[in-house]
Order: sequence, then structure tokens, then C-alpha cells
Amino acid sequence: MSTDIAIHCLHLAYHDQVLFHDLHFNLAKGKLTCLLGPSGVGKSSLLRFIAGLEVGTKPPIDKNQISYLAQTDLLLPWFNVLDNVLIGARLRGQLAAANIQHAKTLLTEVGLSNAEKKYPRQLSGGMRQRAALVRTLLEDRPIVLMDEPFSAVDAITRFQLQALAIKLLKDRTVLLVTHDPFEALRMADNIYVLSGSPATLTLAAQLHTNVPRDLHDPELLQYQASLFDALVRAKEVSQ
Amino acid sequence: MKKTATFLFVVIGLILIWQAVILIFKLPDYILPTPAAVLHVGYARANLIASEALITITETLIGLILGVILGCIAALVMVFCRPLKLWLLPLLIISQAIPTFAIAPLLVIWFGYGMASKIATTIIMLFFPVTSAFYDGLRRTDQGWIDLANTMNAKKWRFFWYIRIPAALPSFASGLRVATAIAPIGAVVGEWVGASRGLGFLMLNANARMQIDLMFAGLFTLVIFSLGLYFIVDKTLRWAIPWQKV
Repeated sequence: MSTDIAIHCLHLAYHDQVLFHDLHFNLAKGKLTCLLGPSGVGKSSLLRFIAGLEVGTKPPIDKNQISYLAQTDLLLPWFNVLDNVLIGARLRGQLAAANIQHAKTLLTEVGLSNAEKKYPRQLSGGMRQRAALVRTLLEDRPIVLMDEPFSAVDAITRFQLQALAIKLLKDRTVLLVTHDPFEALRMADNIYVLSGSPATLTLAAQLHTNVPRDLHDPELLQYQASLFDALVRAKEVSQ
Repeated sequence: MKKTATFLFVVIGLILIWQAVILIFKLPDYILPTPAAVLHVGYARANLIASEALITITETLIGLILGVILGCIAALVMVFCRPLKLWLLPLLIISQAIPTFAIAPLLVIWFGYGMASKIATTIIMLFFPVTSAFYDGLRRTDQGWIDLANTMNAKKWRFFWYIRIPAALPSFASGLRVATAIAPIGAVVGEWVGASRGLGFLMLNANARMQIDLMFAGLFTLVIFSLGLYFIVDKTLRWAIPWQKV
């Protein structure tokens, strides 16, 4: 399809271990793509490569198209929530009344309007992650890369954050790295499994029902077992 | 409240031990004066001690402020200008390797008998801990924040101002704590080598004239000032940098 965003990683290695060699895949525009795989296979590295954060590599897409949400929320402890979500504009010297208004609207949308003046240390893990999500959205880039963004919160909070993220990231092209097959089945349109060394990508599932899928969704249930098997195989070939 | 009580308990305990040592070993006044004698001379000569203390306090504070400012500038220079770092780093280490006592006489010759030479010894003593702590803090910015700023197309100076400096402040604060603790030593060392005023001068003189009680009174004044200064600096840092892990 012409609307897909092609990603090509020619070569990426750490010391003498080759992570990727001539790796191709497509990101479906406006869809959420999940990347699963055993730990150590290079999921985060691939994401960092696409984000242009791997030193000495040429990023596959224009950096200005991308915003990035890391594993930890990376909120700055010396700024309150409002200043934290506006850090991008501030770092570029583009802070304006319009940004602030937009930030306040989004904070209200994620239920943080009362926490605007609070500092990160005064927030729960879920609240911090919501603030980080707002910061990512305020960058207003068409492509969003997320590296296990909900791995540090409890199961119920994660369930809620997934729904919130789906709502806020609507129409954006999202690449989500996760180790949780359930998270992938709940959120993704396309699910890839990364395995082997050098790693290769396999399209493990394409889902069509509305996201976020709940626990009883037929497609989610249909793919649950096969995806799990695919991950077990991926772990075996990667060892 | 409990802390204050513990502190008082320790102080009273030490004074009692002090008195007990004198009684047990039958120590004469010129070896170890009694707490009462020290308190008495402290009270009787309060004006003298206060006016000398004022000199030492002034030297310490000016030395501390200038030393911290210079230390910060040196750290910034080392971060921004690698060629200069090659020159500055050996100089810094040398300033720490040379015993301040050894160069203090030279500083007196250069800067005179007045306050300037004492301020100079203070600066030399506390320059290094401030510079190395702040420099370390500036170099160890969390990689996650560097990546974040990178994807956000941050301007270099804005990244420095809004992220790298605040991230380095906890480290700077520990350098400043060390500097605060040693600043009075710097001033007193300067006074010992050559001075006509100050607590160090008073103590040296009292010692030479066997006025051990006056020497002790001067010493306690110095200790109380040092503790007070550290307490104020520490509290201020905790208040100003609440994100540091203490």
C-alpha cells in the first residue's frame, strides 16, 4: 500500500553482536502496530533506531515526524506537571499561550486538571504515565513510538491507560513495543514478532475489530493462543 | 524535637565526660581547663572573642561565596571547552595535592596580612570539591532525558538550562556541603600563618601565652559558627532542591 511507511534497517550491531541485518517492514499509516518478542532480541534498539537515537545510524524516517515515549516517564522532578508536558515547546523556544491552552485541555482530558501544579513526586505511577502521554501528544507528530510505556504500573491501571492511549492516539501512526501479548491484542491493528539473531520480523496477527478490545473480544480470544505459541517459538530461536 | 533533645543530651554528656577526665587525672588548668573556666573566660572576654570571630566569619563567608562561584565557572568551562579542560584539570588536582599550609605563607606575601590572603586560602581549599561535584553532575545527565530532548529538537542552550543544570544540582549540593564544612578551616589556616586579627590568630596567641581557657573559648566559638553555617546551608539546599535524594 502506498500509505504505508517503509522502515529499512540496513545494519545495526552492538560490539560484535549483529542485531539487525537488512530488516524491512511497513508501518500502516494511522494504525497501531505492536512489536513483541523475547527480551534482548532488540525491540527497544529497533525503536531507538527509528527514533534516530542510535548514534552513528541514519534514521529511516524524518526525525521531525516522530515523538517518542520511553519506558520510564522521564518527567523532570524540578518542573510541575504543566511545565513538564510543555517541555518540548520550552526546549525549542516556542512556548506560547496557545501551547499552554492546548496542554491544559489535554490534561483535563486525561483527568489531571487538578494536578497541573503538582510535582512528579506527588503523583502515582498511573498519573505520571498519563502526564508523559500528554507530553508526547503535545509534540503533535504524526508518528508515535512507545517503548513499553505501561510496564511500570499495576494491571488495572495499565488496562485503563491502554484505553486512554487508544482514544488519544486516534489517527496517528503508532509503533508500540511491549512484552505483554495481551496488551498487543487489546490495542494493535498489526502485531509483529521479532525473533532470532540477527532478528527477523514475522507478522503474527492482523486484527480488525474496534480497539481497545475488551477481554471477551472474539478476535482477541481467537489470536491469544496462536500469538502465545509464536512468542514461545520466538524465544526458542533467539536463545 | 526529638533530634534537639538528642543533641542536647550528647552535648551535656560530652561536657560531663570532659569534667570527669579533669577530676580523674587531676589535670592542671594549663593542660585542660574545666568547662566552667572556659565558659567564664568566654563570658568575661566576650567582646574580644566576638570582634575576632566577626573577622573569621567574614573571611569564611566571602571565601565560600567566591570559591563556589569560581568552582561553578571552572566546572562550566570544563564542560564546554575541552581544550581548556586539559589545562584546568591538572591545575585543579595540583591545587588539592599541595597542602594549603605549605602555600599559605606565600599567599600572605602575595595578598598581605589582611583578609585577602585568608580568603585566598579558603578559596583554594574549597574550589576543588565544588568544581568536581558540579562537573560530575553536569556530565551525568540521565540518558533518557538526553534522548527525550533529542527527539524534541531541543536547542542546545535551552537543554542545558532547563535540564542539564537542574539535573546537576543535587551533585553540586553535595560539593557545596563539603565546601561549607571546610571553609572555616581555610580561613583559620590563613590566620595561623600570618595575621593580626581573627579567631585563628586569637587561638594561636592564647596558646602561646598558656591561656588555654581562652584558646578553648575561641575554639568553641569557631565550632558553633561552623555547625551553624553548615546547618543553614544544608537546610537551604534541602528546601531549594527538593528532588535530590538525601
